[in-house]
Amino acid sequence: MNTNIFGIHADALMLRSQRMGVLASNIANAATPGYKARDIDFGKALDARLSGERMNNADAHMVYKVPTMPSMDGNTVELSREQIAFAENAVAYSATLTFVQGKASVMTRALKGE
Amino acid sequence: MSDGNRMTLFGLTERAMSAQLVRMNTAASNLANAGSVTTTEAEAYRPIRPVFESELDRASGLSSVRADQLVRAETAPTKRYDPFHPLADQDGNVFEAPVDETAEMVEIMESARQYSNLVQALQTAKQLMLETLRSN
Repeated sequence: MNTNIFGIHADALMLRSQRMGVLASNIANAATPGYKARDIDFGKALDARLSGERMNNADAHMVYKVPTMPSMDGNTVELSREQIAFAENAVAYSATLTFVQGKASVMTRALKGE
Repeated sequence: MSDGNRMTLFGLTERAMSAQLVRMNTAASNLANAGSVTTTEAEAYRPIRPVFESELDRASGLSSVRADQLVRAETAPTKRYDPFHPLADQDGNVFEAPVDETAEMVEIMESARQYSNLVQALQTAKQLMLETLRSN
């Protein structure tokens, strides 16, 4: 029971945080020749986590991005797309965090007997 | 990170920012040496460029960037006939550094753009981390 207080949201929050790292890596390597932009397939990774598959990182659900236009140096990072993905991920993280906080405050209130 | 710790978003951004800084410094050095003149072809200034390489931290799955290698461009210096120049050789020629000012300016602009992108990403990430920390 105690692992399930937060339900889907605990897993989702961890995945969102991992995805933030992956997207930040893409932004950091925007000028590295031959770097291939990566992303986490969030839906598949979350399904896998919910079905009990415990992994330290979401490597199994990593995907390579397909660039709109390939560049000469083999780098597939497109800064505008990375920025949008990062912003979307940040908002989703915030949303999930709000759910987690809500659950936590419910538990705290129950414990305090208010 | 260098001390053997797990790479964090902060370490990642820090490294990427220093790589962009190296890139900006090389472009500024090239611009500073634009139009410099020498007597022989071998002495002439050649533009320098950093080599970016991505660096994957397997423990955290983050990949940062490294720019610890610098190469000199193999562009031939421009020979100019200027017999009254104090540095002219016996044929009256001087050799000018082959720096493309426009290309260097574009390099600096692109680097500045990517630098500010990194700052923004880190700010967002930091804000989210603080929110998570403060949750009650």
